[in-house]
Parts: sequence; C-alpha cells; structure tokens
Amino acid sequence: MSLYFTKEHEWIRVEGDTATVGISEHAQSALGDIVFAEAPEVGRTLNKGDEAAVVESVKAASDVYAPVSGEVVESNGAIADEPALINTDPEGEGWFFKLRLTDTSELDGLMDEASYREWSSKL
Amino acid sequence: MTINQSGWKPAAPVQGPGDTGTITGNRALMLEEPLIFELDGADTTGVDLAPAPKVASRLGGLERSEAIGLPGLSEPETVRHYTRLSRQNYGIDLGLFPLGSCTMKHNPRLNEKMARLPGFADIHPLQPRETVAGALELINQLAFWLIDLTGMHGVAMSPKAGAHGELCGLLCIRAALEARGDAREVVLVPESAHGTNPATAAFCGYRVENIPATSAGRVDLEALKARLGPDVAAVMITNPNTCGLFEPEMKAISDAVHAAGGFVYCDGANFNAIVGKVRPGDLGVDAMHINLHKTFSTPHGGGGPGSGPVVLSEALSPFAPLPYTAKTADGVVHLVEEEQAEAFSQEHFGGAMQSFGRMTAFHGQMGMFTRALTYILSHGADGLKQVAEDAVLNANYVLRSLEDVLDAPFAHSGPCMHEALFSDKGFADGFSTLDLAKALIDEGFHPMTMYFPLVVHGAMLVEPTETESKAALDQFIAALRHVAERARAGDEALKSAPIYAPRRRLDETLAARKPVVAFRTPAPDANKVSGLNEAGGQ
Repeated sequence: MSLYFTKEHEWIRVEGDTATVGISEHAQSALGDIVFAEAPEVGRTLNKGDEAAVVESVKAASDVYAPVSGEVVESNGAIADEPALINTDPEGEGWFFKLRLTDTSELDGLMDEASYREWSSKL
Repeated sequence: MTINQSGWKPAAPVQGPGDTGTITGNRALMLEEPLIFELDGADTTGVDLAPAPKVASRLGGLERSEAIGLPGLSEPETVRHYTRLSRQNYGIDLGLFPLGSCTMKHNPRLNEKMARLPGFADIHPLQPRETVAGALELINQLAFWLIDLTGMHGVAMSPKAGAHGELCGLLCIRAALEARGDAREVVLVPESAHGTNPATAAFCGYRVENIPATSAGRVDLEALKARLGPDVAAVMITNPNTCGLFEPEMKAISDAVHAAGGFVYCDGANFNAIVGKVRPGDLGVDAMHINLHKTFSTPHGGGGPGSGPVVLSEALSPFAPLPYTAKTADGVVHLVEEEQAEAFSQEHFGGAMQSFGRMTAFHGQMGMFTRALTYILSHGADGLKQVAEDAVLNANYVLRSLEDVLDAPFAHSGPCMHEALFSDKGFADGFSTLDLAKALIDEGFHPMTMYFPLVVHGAMLVEPTETESKAALDQFIAALRHVAERARAGDEALKSAPIYAPRRRLDETLAARKPVVAFRTPAPDANKVSGLNEAGGQ
C-alpha cells in the first residue's frame, strides 16, 4: 500500500490496482465546514485531470479531479448523507471514490506524503 | 428535507451588566417577531370574500381536499408583521452597503417617480403597438445610450439579469459559429472570473478551461495565447476583474482571440468603474451584458428585478434574440416580433438578421428600463464619467486608508478600480474573515463580500460606490480598522460577534446540511406555550 498526493490536494491510496481517492486534511481545513459532496457513479471512466466529484463548503464549491486515470469501482455514498465525514476524517472515512487504475505509471508524477505535508504547510 | 431535530436555534442578543432582559423579549423599539404562521388566528382575515359560486368541477378528482393553510391575519397584523421584519433588515437606504462586485449604489427617487408614470407603468406587452409608442421610444433611447457608452453595434434588451445576459451573449456566439459551420468546443475563463461565467459556458454545452492569473492579479496573456486554437469558441473576461483591477492587456487579448477565430465575452458586472471612460467596443469585446441594476442604479438585492441588456459587436448583432427594438433610417421605432423579423431585416438590414430565437416572452424589464434611462439622462455623459471617477476614488481611499491593518494583496500593482480587495493575512491564529464580518454587523454595517474572489485567501471585497460621502467613508474605515485590529490582536470576543444584532451568530453549517425550508404546524402540546423556533418543519 502506498499513499500519494496531488497539488490539487487529493490523496490516492493504492492497493494492488485499486486506488482510493479523497481530499487532504489541508483541503478540508481550507474549505471549512463541508455541506455537500457528490462522488462519481460506479462504472464511469475517468481520465487523469477529469472533474470527478464535487465538494461544497460554507465558503466555496470545488471540483475534485481524478488524480490518475481509471474506472470508478466504488463510490462512497456515506459522504453524500453525512458530508461532515470529510471534515472529521478526510483521509479515512471521508474518502470519495475508488478507481481501478489503467496506467500505474501516472503515479510517478505525484507527491509522497512527506513532500505533500511539507509543501502544503507553506501555502 | 429534514426536521431540525437538534432543537438548535439562534440565540438572542447578549445581556450586558444591568440588562435584566424584558418580559416581552422586545428590546426598546426593536421588536421580536414570530413567524407569520405563528401569528395565525384561525378565524381572522383581512379580506371579506363572497362564498365561491357552485360550479361543476372539471379537475377530475385532483381538486384540493384540505384547507390551503394560509395564515389568517387582519390587515394591521399583516402590516405590522412585515414592517417589524423590515426594521431588522439592512438596505442601501439605511447606510453604506460595501458588497463588492454588487455595486450597491443609491437608487434615486426620481427614477421611481418616472417608473410610476402611467404611460410606462400601466401598459401591457400585448396591447396594440400604436398605443405604446412612448414606451418603445424609451426602450430605443436606452438602447442608443447603451450602444453609445460601450461603443458597440447593437443591443439585445430582453435578458433579465447578469447571468441571463451571459447566456444571451454565449448563444449569440454559438449561433455565429454555427452560421459559419464552425464547431468549437472550449470556452476559456480566467481563474478570478465570476462563478456564473464557467456555469454559463457549461450550460451552453462548452467545455470550460481556466486561464491562470499573473502575480499582479491580471490574466496571464502568454498562457492565454498559448492555449488559443481552432477549438476555442470564446474567452470570457471580466474587466475590471474581480480583484478590482483593470486588465490593461484587454486589446491584446481580444486581438489574439479574434486572430484565432474566437469571440470575446466581457462580463460587464463591473462596468461602473469605467462607464463614460472606456468603451468596451474599442477593446475588441464582442458581447457584454450590462447590469442596469448595478451601474444604472435600478434597485436590486430583494428591492427589484434585475435587468441585463447585452451589447453586441457588428459580428454578433445579426444573431440577437427576438423581439428587438430598432430605429430605421426614417427615424421610426420598430418593435420587431418573430413574425415580422425576416421581412423587417430584409427591408431594413439587407437580410442580415439571423436571430437565434427568443429568451423571454416579452421585451424585458420595462420598469428597470425607465429607471435606468432616468439615471442616464439625469447624469448626462459628463455625469456618468464622474460616476466612474468617484467610484474609483472612493475605493482607492478605502484601500489606502486600511492597507496598514489589512493585507491588500494587489496594492503594490497600483491603484484599484471600483473595489478594494483585502486578505486575512495577518489575523491572529484561528481568526477568520467571517469573524471580522460578523463584528462589522455589530458596528452597524452590512459586511463586504467575503471569500470571493477565490484567488485570495479569506478575501474581503469592498465596493463603496460613488454614493458615499467622505464622512460616510471615514466612519466605515474607522469601524473596519477597529475590527481588523481586534482580529490581528486575537480578541476572543470577536468570535462571539455579532453581539448586538437581533440574532447572534447563525449556524450556517447546520442550515446548509439540514435545511428546514417549509413550515409545518407543530403537534399541539398542552404543557407548552407555543413560541418562536419551536415549530418543527419538513
């Protein structure tokens, strides 16, 4: 299992050829109280950089981008019912969707945890 | 929708020393007011209606079987209810309203007088054309002014407000592209755009791509040029932009877009800063909506409907939506409806009109047209120029008076236009723009626009408009300076603001997550006296 981050503040946890995607602790803190979230439908094919999900807080509405390409194999319905999960546990229970990766080499350009925390702390 | 099961309700104002509260809950002349449904007297009514005549129902069993559930109130109860509520509200008639990007300027009373003239107020769009020649002439005069002030070729008067105008502009662009058999798919929008810009483009079926901003808060011209190509239908730009800055490269942007075969849409929401000074047509703009309810002083924000005529370049004018009003060479004003459009354009415009269709049932917001033309005529061309100059001067006065206590991210790049932008940089840890805005309510001001534009952290966008005198600005600046100093110093009391408002800080998160949007009569509870906020809802 390995954990990656993007400059758009998504995290990607890779287990085998499956990647779980969510938004980072830094992102939830910057967004503030989240009031609405919508994860993509199972079966949707996403290309890297596609708008995959929507998250809306009391301050702003944002898109969550697909950090890597793949097919959506699972979507977290819990965040639609209880968007507060993204605030309380963004990198755990507040995950958005799972992808079956089509190209694992796309992971190479992403940040590891240490460099993301270092980079985002300076924003 | 969910019932508010938490039982949370906003707290009443805090009690200070010696304040024992009142038995009524009223605080001197500030009166507590229940929901109108809670005032409901089952047998009370303000009108005396005759019983409905007996008729055979033709609703096939779909007729209403229960009481409609409207509250029963006498006329004085109704009048007092709304008057009391209005006293808890804040509007431009009460004081400075610094909501950035909204241009909350004074609504002159002369506008209202003109709009109530029976020849403008008591007419119907379906009455015979020859009985409304004055109204048509008014629409045409306003159209002339809008074309003249913007240096454009034509104007579609019917769009109802800003976003509707954007839709009109993009539909014209789409029609023009289709007319030349050019299927372009992408609309470019700067990062700092109004949220409605990408929404409009997406609604019109375009793929939206962002253009980055430079460190000076302007569109990155080189990045834009690099992205232009045969797939780009249009670029949507706000000028002055939402950072309150003029885009000096606008002409170069337009030239580059045109060279690549695309069109330039300009969001005219911030036209107040440049009216009478700069003509967007000279900058190469192809379409721009004008918010009559911003720049031209017609009431908005709950005070009246918007109105968003769209001025169009020569290339886009033939695609304007019907109906349109046009003056022909003989000086006669023509209202051109769908059935005459083809014959009219062949006779007077050489068959060039290829309207994309219709956006509204009728001609637009007549009441707003009357008010806007009154404003324009009472200012004249020189007065409108001074409007822009004073609006910009006022915003710069606010910016320079506060930049020592509030971080102004683009202040280094020169004067701002009609709005001053600040960030939350420098606030003590844990203090936010929201805390400052709530404290501003205690000081008697409507807060500025917050958290927009998104490119600035904890953004505060202040637009004083030309309405305010130096004395009014000084009072506002003193209040904002005071709350900014408290936020920098980490004054914990700021977190409980507002303290003196009719309600304390509202739980916006709960309101968004568990909205209660409809009133349902609570089940009777013999042990409980019915009171405010105890009613459940669904």
